[in-house]
Amino acid sequence: MKFRAKIIDVGCLNHFTRVVNTVSRLTKACVLRLTCDHLYFVLSGRVASGGVSMWCELSQGNFFDEFQLEGVSADANEILLEVAPENLSRALKTAQNAKSVKIKLTKKSSACLTLAAELPSLSSVSRVVTHDIPVDVIPRRLWHDFREPQMPDFDVSIYLPPLKTLKSVVDRMKNLSNSLVLEANLNGEMNLKIDTDLVSVTTHFKDLGNPPWGDDGSQSSSPHRDPELMTEVCVDIRKLQQFLTGQQVHPSRAMCNIVDRRILHLIFLHEDVSLQYFIPALA
Amino acid sequence: MDCVATGGNVKVLAKAIHSLSRIGEELYLESVDDGLALRSVNSSRSAFACFLLSPLFFQRYQAPADHSFRCKMPIKSVQAVFKSLASLDRSVEKCRIQLKSEKSRLTITLHCKHGLLKTHNLSFQDCESLQAVFDKESCANVLQAQPRLMVDTVLHFPPSLEEVNLSVSSDRVWLRNHVEDGADSLRAMMTELCLSSEEFDHFSVGSQTSVTFCLKELRGLLVFADSSGLPVSMYFDEPGSPVILSVADSVLEANFVLATLSEDSHPKNHVNPDTKHPDTEQPPDDFMSDDMDSFLIAMESSELPGPSHVPTSPPRPTNNRKHSYIEEEEDEQALADGPPNKKFCSLFFGSVLPTPSQLPNQTMPSQEVLASDSEDENQTETS
Repeated sequence: MKFRAKIIDVGCLNHFTRVVNTVSRLTKACVLRLTCDHLYFVLSGRVASGGVSMWCELSQGNFFDEFQLEGVSADANEILLEVAPENLSRALKTAQNAKSVKIKLTKKSSACLTLAAELPSLSSVSRVVTHDIPVDVIPRRLWHDFREPQMPDFDVSIYLPPLKTLKSVVDRMKNLSNSLVLEANLNGEMNLKIDTDLVSVTTHFKDLGNPPWGDDGSQSSSPHRDPELMTEVCVDIRKLQQFLTGQQVHPSRAMCNIVDRRILHLIFLHEDVSLQYFIPALA
Repeated sequence: MDCVATGGNVKVLAKAIHSLSRIGEELYLESVDDGLALRSVNSSRSAFACFLLSPLFFQRYQAPADHSFRCKMPIKSVQAVFKSLASLDRSVEKCRIQLKSEKSRLTITLHCKHGLLKTHNLSFQDCESLQAVFDKESCANVLQAQPRLMVDTVLHFPPSLEEVNLSVSSDRVWLRNHVEDGADSLRAMMTELCLSSEEFDHFSVGSQTSVTFCLKELRGLLVFADSSGLPVSMYFDEPGSPVILSVADSVLEANFVLATLSEDSHPKNHVNPDTKHPDTEQPPDDFMSDDMDSFLIAMESSELPGPSHVPTSPPRPTNNRKHSYIEEEEDEQALADGPPNKKFCSLFFGSVLPTPSQLPNQTMPSQEVLASDSEDENQTETS
């Protein structure tokens, strides 16, 4: 197993840092899956994480100038590592103005991802900061837990309102209730509702637009679905808020898929990064 | 005593006090031959700081009639006087510190714009002199750098980091976070920063060395140095001897003395085979806080004349002081007899014995080590 990669461009470095920062705000531990073309940060839904799952996919070529991978074996040319993204985030933070950043898989007292940044210095010799981030290698027999999640059979798919607005609404609602109902229809309308003994608040959004999933998506598989019909899911508001707060990368497309009363599937797309987050309905 | 600081020096004084507050809870004030000394020490006696303000720092400096005036007071009450640095800058024209011995009060008066006077009367307690034993000149290794360099290197480590390890070779300096052995040690992230000697204004390394000390207490000095723009000098020897950081200009000298882990309890450092590494790897050790004593720094235990007078009776180790540090230096210091070498003061924090003038009947020591502070729980009395 071998992994070495290098980032030289400062824009790529900042972008990568922002992605890692976003992931670090969503979870304390996740799996980093490395393949020849992609990096994935994966959190598989567990009771411990409240059932949320996350899939963040980066196209390696858009970030790294050099990328060499030798996976577990020829037919399984991947490496899966359990890592605390916060460590990676901290390491990248100190490498902000680096001339180059190298990441490689090493073995110190245990397996580590070593990040070495060459920093500008006052002399002819660069400063080098090295971080050894402990990781756990995930054995092949457990890889099935970390496969790309299947697109759920959703009832409605809709673009989200501007994130800033959405976030401020959710922030305020969080003060009033622990659970929030998100409902949307195929007419580009979305409502966020909270309902407590003291107060009910609903925020209405319209003209949001519905992504065309085409012949494959279930949006067209139920052509008789009344466009006005709302589908809803009730989720823990804190999980939604955590997701919205952590975002450091502005997506070019933000949408969500709702499986009636079951799952809220959020998708943020950027040209070289995609982030999917699944929040289960509250029981 | 009557001193007046004016202009920018008021802010410098305030910053010095804020720096000292990062070390300990109490401010020790003493009028010495060279000026006014402001000192602080932490509760475990592993960090000591002293700001010596020469008479030239003040617009007016009148030493107390009784030249050995000293006192201590809670540092928070002094900090409250110099609360807002920004407003000090804007409105305070001068600061007067007076000792009103008949009232046992230290009066600090801030003369502000528009004739406004803010007077603070602080009560103080008598105390022994607080002075660590250290000798910068005898240190084998000396580094000097611009404060920016120090601040930038420290940025690579999280603010919560307690201990840091500094290693030097003939042309490189490594700074690493020190992780105590334990369940978490395998899971902790290890960070290492490598600097070339060229980045330092002065780099004089006797031999490859590696010392570990507490970073937290140091930050107070770095903030002060960064704002004053004064270069920071670092003096250190082998593990166990304290590391001394100082900044100085013509009217002020600040010394921060931090204890270092002693040899036997030296940390297991992360080995990075790719870097040229000084051969200073030490075997794994006990968690260093169990070895608190190895972290104690030398404290002068008497007021007898002479810059580094040491007691003639050896420190009496209590049972819980049997640890690697003592054992290592046993050959030089017989536990039960003979005058200890200066280094062995580092085993304990001594108190200052009363001056002969105060106790005419008492002959000088038996050199007993008395508890330095009645409040200090760490000290034990020798009999």
